[in-house]
Amino acid sequence: MDDENKKDSLFRKGEEFLEMFRQGQEFTQELMQDNERLRYRVVQLEEELKAKLDFSQEPVALAAYDERLRELENRLVQVEEENLNFAQRYIDVEEQNNNLANLYVASYQLHSTLDYDEVLQIILEIIINLIGAEVFAIFLLDEKEKALLPAAAEGVGLEAIEPIPLGQGTIGQAAELNQSYFNENPPKSIDDLFQDPLVCIPLLIKEELIGVICLYRLLQQKEEFVAVDFELFTLLAGHAATAIFSARLYTESRRKLTTYQGFLDLLSQ
Amino acid sequence: MASLKFLVIEDSPTMRQLIRFALNRIPQVEVVEASDGVDGLKKLSSADIDLILTDINMPIMDGIKLVTLVRSNENYKDIPIIIITTEGAKEDKDRAMALGANAYITKPIQASSLVSTVKQLLKL
Repeated sequence: MDDENKKDSLFRKGEEFLEMFRQGQEFTQELMQDNERLRYRVVQLEEELKAKLDFSQEPVALAAYDERLRELENRLVQVEEENLNFAQRYIDVEEQNNNLANLYVASYQLHSTLDYDEVLQIILEIIINLIGAEVFAIFLLDEKEKALLPAAAEGVGLEAIEPIPLGQGTIGQAAELNQSYFNENPPKSIDDLFQDPLVCIPLLIKEELIGVICLYRLLQQKEEFVAVDFELFTLLAGHAATAIFSARLYTESRRKLTTYQGFLDLLSQ
Repeated sequence: MASLKFLVIEDSPTMRQLIRFALNRIPQVEVVEASDGVDGLKKLSSADIDLILTDINMPIMDGIKLVTLVRSNENYKDIPIIIITTEGAKEDKDRAMALGANAYITKPIQASSLVSTVKQLLKL
């Protein structure tokens, strides 16, 4: 009986041991599976990390960035150049605008009256205010005497200016030849001022000489002639001539009209 | 509707027209013209003037006398004054500025320079 009990006991212990062994085997298998899964995950993570830290593509990306940067820099240079061009064009347009305003005002004023004295006064104003001359004179042609007679002056008394025979001296020659004269070396001495003017502008209607404008000295702040001055000289050469001619003609016709009217009034009495 | 009134005192109609041309570049500006100092003072009292631009050499009353009178008048003493003149000597400028002018421009004028001086003075 005891032997039977011992056998049973041994058998149960063997069974228990086998059960423990099976459980240990299952546990080991689970551990191995987990291990395998974790290994796989590690490999996956390593690949992901490798992909992230893969610098093999970097030179290509940097080259693209460099290219883009160069494009932007080039564009910036272009835009800066365009800005400079626009700024220069703005300055040019502003200057043109100023010049046109000066020319418009000069032209408008010259033809704003038919009064001879007013016309001469306007020419003086244009030369003082728009050109910037300090000493100058307007000569008108006396066709009978073939001489230029002083009609108006600024900065010098009219009586101080001598009539100039056509063809004589700088002024007489400029008038006779119908050619403007510009003196690049103006005289320093006041005595030579009237012999050798800075500028002579013949006043012409087509080819017919009306007179001459002579500039002897500029205002002290006016250092040199600028582009608009030459435009003004050209304008004066034509428009001042027609304005003077029209005003003289109008004044003369008014005087004649008054005479005729007086004569008619006398006849009708 | 003009919001600024500028008084231009100048005996030369040519210069008045040129100055008017330049000032019209500033938006909402009305230009009042006077041909000498006395006329200028009359216009000054009859309009609400924001800026005076005056020549120096004028008949009846010159620009220097005008500046002196304006600066001594309680109602007008703060109005900015710009002198526009042919007188380019430093002593002329110093005298005008000492009497109370705010800016001194010599002829021949550049419209752009005049406009920038006006804008600077009025902080436009």
